[in-house]
Parts: sequence; C-alpha cells; structure tokens
Amino acid sequence: MSNKVIYKEIENNGIGFYGLLGLMGLFIWGGAVAFFTMEHHGHYISGMDNQIVWGMPHIFAIFLIVAASGALNVGSIGTVFGKKVYQPLGRLSGLLATVLLVGGLIILLLDLGRPDHVVEMFKGHLNFKSIFAWNMILYGGFIALVGLYIWTMMDRKAKKYYKPVGFSAFTWRLILTTGTGSIFGFLVARQAYDAAIMAPLFIVLSFSTGLAVFIVVTMATYKMTGRPIGDVILNKLRYLLGIFILGLLLLEATRHLTNLYATEHHAVEAFILDGDNIYTTLFWFGFVLFGSLLPVALVYCRQLINNRTSLFVAALLTIMGGFSLLYVIVIGGQAFPLELFPNAVVTSDSFDGVMNHYSPSMYEVLLGLGGVAVMLALFMVAVKVLRFMPTSLADNVVDPHTK
Amino acid sequence: MSNPQNINSYRRKFMQGIGVTAAAATLAPGMLLREVQASNKEGYVTDKVRWGMLIDTNKLVEGGQEVVNACKKEHGWGAEAHSNERQKASWVRKVTVTEKTTGYVNQLPVMCQHCETAPCVDVCPTGASMKRADGIVLVNKHICIGCRYCMMACPYKARSFVHESLFDQHADSPRGKGTVESCTMCVHRVDEGKEPACVEASNGAIVFGDLNDPNSNISQKLKAEDGKQIRADLGLNTGVRYQGI
Repeated sequence: MSNKVIYKEIENNGIGFYGLLGLMGLFIWGGAVAFFTMEHHGHYISGMDNQIVWGMPHIFAIFLIVAASGALNVGSIGTVFGKKVYQPLGRLSGLLATVLLVGGLIILLLDLGRPDHVVEMFKGHLNFKSIFAWNMILYGGFIALVGLYIWTMMDRKAKKYYKPVGFSAFTWRLILTTGTGSIFGFLVARQAYDAAIMAPLFIVLSFSTGLAVFIVVTMATYKMTGRPIGDVILNKLRYLLGIFILGLLLLEATRHLTNLYATEHHAVEAFILDGDNIYTTLFWFGFVLFGSLLPVALVYCRQLINNRTSLFVAALLTIMGGFSLLYVIVIGGQAFPLELFPNAVVTSDSFDGVMNHYSPSMYEVLLGLGGVAVMLALFMVAVKVLRFMPTSLADNVVDPHTK
Repeated sequence: MSNPQNINSYRRKFMQGIGVTAAAATLAPGMLLREVQASNKEGYVTDKVRWGMLIDTNKLVEGGQEVVNACKKEHGWGAEAHSNERQKASWVRKVTVTEKTTGYVNQLPVMCQHCETAPCVDVCPTGASMKRADGIVLVNKHICIGCRYCMMACPYKARSFVHESLFDQHADSPRGKGTVESCTMCVHRVDEGKEPACVEASNGAIVFGDLNDPNSNISQKLKAEDGKQIRADLGLNTGVRYQGI
C-alpha cells in the first residue's frame, strides 16, 4: 500500500451529510430572521444599548475572526517551519481559516446599524487612521492570500510559490490579529482597555482557539467520513494545544498584573477579578478553571495519552474558555463605568457611575449562531466539492518513519 | 460510482457560480444604488474660527437641566417610543459630581466636548465621524455604518445610537435609525450667525464664541478667569470648557 498523501472529496451522500447541512441551513435561516428583524425594527429589540454598545454578536464575530487566523497556524507550521507531519493538513487549515473569517465577518456586517452604508467604504470613504478601516483591508487580504496559499497546495504547477505564499500568509495573519487586538488596545476612554498588550494577547488567543476549532472540526470530519486519523498527528496537535493554552494564560496573567501595578486600575481589576458579577464568574470558572486548567490537565495527563475523547473535550473546553475570555473583555470592559472625574462619585439619570447591565436578546444569539452555521456549511460544501481532505491521516501516511 | 467527467463539470460550474456571484456583489451596489450627498458647503466653513463654549456651573440655575431641556426641544431627541431608558438618545445630560474627599457637590451638563483631537474621529472607519474646519465635531449620517466604535472611543459617553425608526423629525436636525449622533453645537444655528439653543436658554451661564479670536468674549473670559476641561489628562483640547468644577 502506498504511503502517499492522497486528497479526495468526501463521498458522503447520505442522510447524515445532508441532514447536517440542513441543520446548518436551519441555523442560517435563524440568523437571517434575526438580522431582518433587527434591521426592520432597529436595535431596540436587542439587549445592546447606549451603555453596552457591543454585545453578543461582537463576541461571536471576534471569536471567529481571531480563531480564523489561528486555524491557519497548522498549515503555517508545515510551510513556514518546515514540519512535514503538518503538511497534509495544510489545505484543511487554509480552508478552515477562510470559512471562519467569512462567518465572523458576516456577523459583524449584519449587526451594523446601517450595513447598506458599507458600500460607501468601497467608494473610497475610508479613514486610514481607524484600525477598523485597516482591518477591512487586512481581512480582505487574508482571504485572498489564503486562497492563493490553498492554490499553491492544490495545483502542482503552482508548487514553486508554496513557500513564499505560505510565508506571506503567516506574516499577514500575525498582522491581522494584531489589528483585531488593537481595536481594544488604544481606547483611551476605557479603563479596561487601552493596553498595548491586547495585540499580543489576541495573537495567543488566536493560537489556542484557532487550533481548538481545527482539532474539533478535523476530528469530527474524519470520524463522520470514516477516514483514518492516527495518533502521531493527533498527539502533535494535542501538545501544541497545551502550550498555546499556557501561553494565553501567561499573557492574560501579565495583563492583569501590569494593570494592578497602577493603583488607578485597581477598581476595574477588582470589578473583573473579584466582583459579584457574571464577569468574575466567567473569568475564573469559564476561562481559567474550565477553559484553561482543565484542558491543560487533559492534554498532559499521562493516563490519557492517545485518548481521543480527552483531546476532543480539551479542545471544546478551550473554545468555551476563549469565548468566556472575550465576553469578559468585550462586555466586562463596557460594563465598568467611564471615569469622568477621578476622585469623585459621578451620578446622572443617564447611567453615569453605575455598573452597566447586559443580557443578550434571542436575536443576537441567533445572529451569532447563524455565523457559526455559515462557517460550518461552507466547510462542508468545500470538502464535498474540492480536494481538501487527505483520504488518510494514519500514522504511516503522515509520518513514514513511524512503524 | 460518479463519473469523473461529471465531477469535473460540476466543479467547474461551482467555481463559475462563485465567480459570477462575486462579480455581481462587487458591481451591483455601484449600479443600483442612488448616491445621496449632503450639500457642499466648502468655502463656507473655515478654520480661521474655532467655535467653543464656556460653561459656568455656578450660574446654572437648574444645574444643567435647562440645557438638557433646550437641547431636547431644539433637536427632538429622547422621545423614542420603543427604546428603553438605556437605549434612548442622550445628546446632553445633567451630571452630579461629589468629591470623594471633601463631599463637595457640583452639577454640570455634559455633552460632546468637540475635541480638537477627537478619538471618535480617529476610530471611525468611514470618516463619518468628522471635525469641521471650525472645530465642530459631527456625524455624517449618509456614510455612518452604525458600528458604534466611536461610542467605544468617546471618553465622555457623549454619543447615542438610534435604536429605532424616527418620525416627525426636526427639519434642521436630521437623525436616522442605525446611525450614531451627538451634540452638533447647533451647527444649523451657528451657520446662520445664531448661538446654540442651550446657550440661549442658559441665562448667561454659557458663553459661546470663537476660541481663535483673542478679542471674542469667550477668549477674553478664558484668558482672565481660565476654564477647565473634563479629563484634561487625555490631552484632547476640548472646545467645551467649564468654570466652577
């Protein structure tokens, strides 16, 4: 039997494939209904208001966008760092990165107050001082570059461009996540933001969540298509996930410790780390305990070596942890009141000086889930019509030196 | 078994479909949508002047409530039918400040401070958030996409997002569902040589004028008595200054 990596479309034509695609369609329909309802009535039917201006859709969107650049890492490790074991996963990595970004951008676009006005940006109304405007270009460039990257992997005639395009895509993705983190990095007005560490924090967050999504989607797809996947590649991904989670914990700890160094930030840090609110619960239980320490334990526990369920659960927990962290950053940061007058208690009938409350509406959750469904549906259609998936990722295929 | 030729033809059609859809999505907006543009007042507004306001909180009879009422009357905000209290527009609000150490209580109206280096202008992706040459910070509703990044960036919480459809708007104060708005310094009145509505209603507590003109009333008063900026530490060089805070 040949050990060559062979890529083939998935052959699933049964009720399983179309049933799952139909389920995604249902969620996409739900997202569309949510969008049109919010578009028709206005955002008053959402849980967002003039105090919490970014809500659940933004958490979904930022999660998907951040995970998109992280999902490309698997391919980059093969291309940029020359690790041959990862190379068969390159196409899947590029595909997942693209569909994640598309899913995230759709949510972001459909939550806008006037999505139709985005046309104006294409007519040249772009403010290059805005990191948002830069992000538009970074996102577009990312999709184009990853498209090229996939092409260099799929077309033998384009093989010579594989390395340079792979390098470019890797560099671009680092800049992209820097841009996403910088959205929060330079908001002088908000106590919880305005820290340059946001950019590297988002990069490491993308490493862990992107890889976690890659692991979940790849394991599920191989299971459902009945294609073999070996322990060699899974254990590589397993330990990589462990390192990325620890890296994220380190950066997040640094962010809080450096904030705590300045006494003026003690109030906002106490609000997040030791408050009687959802953010403290999500931070310690959602992110730290169940979203980081537990998956790290599952990854490194000696009794669980080669245990696929533990890897799958660890990846799912990492996704939950990243989502929790984003909730704490995005919502928690807005919930803490703006400081108009330091050393004074500020009150008004417009909610000055109060901890702002937020509870997401059904529409926002549906819109977010719709974006996730778009991403999964695009992935399913793509692996069905194009040759993204190796027929086997068994040990003897990905690593010929393995017995 | 599928015929490989069929698969290839299927794939070709699929890729063609993607191409056609992308092309249509790119071209359609330009061909189908009517362009709406505000009247061009170039040459009318000049950077020789910089409009500003000086608010003496000691002279405010109602602690700023009279300012809020006048602004609401002039622009018609705050009466949104469906929005809850947290969602209703608030262009200016009366804020009560209690000094933690001394317990001294002060009240003042807080609105867009018309910063020289406005964070909302910096972060706006389309340039809808803009500063006129004469220093008035405005939102161009025709290109505002409603992303609310300016609201995240404003240190004064001076901006509101319109959460619902609006009816019976004031002719001089166009607003729109899904866009962001804030104090316009009554630009429609200023352009006609009049003072903002809040200044008129303040019984002399607010002085309006040209900060660039050393002989203007506001400049003379600032030079003689000084005026404070809220969050001066941010270095935004606000066009709205306060006395008595």
